Amino acid sequence: MAEPILDIRDLRKSFGALKATDGVSLDLRPGEIHALIGPNGAGKSTLIHQIAGSLTPDSGEIRFEGRDVKPLDVAARARLGMGRTFQVSSLAPEFSALRNVMLAVQARQGSSFHFFKPVMRDRSLTEPAREALTRVGLADRADVPAAELSHGERRQLEIAIALALGAKAFLLDEPMAGMGPEGSQALTGFLDRLRDEAPILLIEHDMDAVFALADRISVLVYGRIIATGSVDDIRNHPAVREAYLGDGA
Amino acid sequence: MTRETTISILIIAGLLAAAFIAQAMGETFYITLATRMAILGLAATGLNIALGLGGLVSFGHAAFFGIGGYAAGILATHAFNSEPLLLGLPGTNQMIVIWITGAIAAGLVAVLIGLISLRTSGVYFIMITLAFAQMIYYFAISWPAYGGEDGLSIYVRNAFPGMNTLAPMSFFLICFGLLALGLIVFAMLRDSRFGAALQAGRQNETRLAAVGIGPFRVRLTAFVISAMMTALAGALFADLNRFVSPSMFSWHMSGELIVLIILGGVGRLAGPLAGAIVYVLFEFALGGITEHWQFFLGLILLAVVLFARGGVMGLLAGRARHG
Repeated sequence: MAEPILDIRDLRKSFGALKATDGVSLDLRPGEIHALIGPNGAGKSTLIHQIAGSLTPDSGEIRFEGRDVKPLDVAARARLGMGRTFQVSSLAPEFSALRNVMLAVQARQGSSFHFFKPVMRDRSLTEPAREALTRVGLADRADVPAAELSHGERRQLEIAIALALGAKAFLLDEPMAGMGPEGSQALTGFLDRLRDEAPILLIEHDMDAVFALADRISVLVYGRIIATGSVDDIRNHPAVREAYLGDGA
Repeated sequence: MTRETTISILIIAGLLAAAFIAQAMGETFYITLATRMAILGLAATGLNIALGLGGLVSFGHAAFFGIGGYAAGILATHAFNSEPLLLGLPGTNQMIVIWITGAIAAGLVAVLIGLISLRTSGVYFIMITLAFAQMIYYFAISWPAYGGEDGLSIYVRNAFPGMNTLAPMSFFLICFGLLALGLIVFAMLRDSRFGAALQAGRQNETRLAAVGIGPFRVRLTAFVISAMMTALAGALFADLNRFVSPSMFSWHMSGELIVLIILGGVGRLAGPLAGAIVYVLFEFALGGITEHWQFFLGLILLAVVLFARGGVMGLLAGRARHG
């Protein structure tokens, strides 16, 4: 089996008496979509925050490409290749869609300490950015400020940014949230192809999308992973049916 | 050319034209007013890098303005009295040396202030920058070697190669030249990769970190560049008045710089200059009628904040656009 890109071992994080992450172990292997599902309050977002570096775990290990990333901050982990999208879109609202993506291209190329050359005339920034926008289907909205994009378009823009970062793994926090059925379907098709570029850790409530996409599914309940397995395993897992999917599922 | 660029150029060229018209009419006082506009415009353009582009509301930029002023005052005094300064180094009356000294001194102080204050944000950042500036203010007051509370006089305006700086027009042109340079630096920074990171950090710090750019170093660098430009203006201000006093360090001065930016348009190229022009005109027009002219300035500021968020530039050129 291929070395996992992301490897989490026995991760723990408590807020007072609440064990938000209670001994979570999970990995992400090349070429796969690993979906993380669980009811509201199960600790999915807390887990993503710890992986991305915006929360410090109490104990446990997080390895990215074999490297311990626990000492690194958010920016340093992003530079290693964690392409994260946010549950609630997080963009530079005054910048156009293009400039939002250009920022990622610039970050990928290394230093931001260039003081003279105007970015808009720098084709090494604009071209990869346009390409990423084209791939997510936002090419004709490139010059629109992020604040003026529709909800769905902002979700697409987040993914374009992660693409432009040249991420080695995508951490997608509910990318389908608030998208219409058409948007979800288009995005599902897109993510299906994206896995060949880099594996995806997918947090998602849209079960149709999860069952259509996931190679493996982990179920998080009260900070613990109660089951990991293929789509069929999870569908038929008694504890999962009880805890999450409900009996009628 | 965008409307914004056209209007910016008109404002900048307008200041130059006004000075030449005043010169032609033999009205040196108006040249001095134009010089004041240029200097305050430069000081506020410096602050505009931190505040406008980076969203760093520094309420302590008087510290840098004053450091520039005192660099001019101290070096000139030593040159005038032929007393050596530190380590036997002589003073100087050469503006260029004074500018460099003032800018470097302010830059170093800005590194120290920035290293501490940039770890905070919002109201805490405002308060810490204010606290540092006030510390320097009280230090200047209690430092008898350089006049303490009374300040320092510069008996002869400092020199610039090939120009008679005592002629109002020559001194205006020096100040205008530095202002133009400051505006070019601002425009280049704004459009560069550095500026992209700085502005993205103002809009959404989480996003900046998520693409892998740490906001802290970007902000610290911007803060230092910003301080150096404001210090340059402080040195010119000292030469304009031929006098420096601790009031250059006072929080009123920091507030005034912020007011200039808000009046003119936050983050806009010609905003601080437009603000300075309006401010000095007001000071002149209303100051002649009542010594409480700042009351009316306050009313105008209120109107700008409530009804014209973009200030003068917002009224003339519409909302700011980012490529």
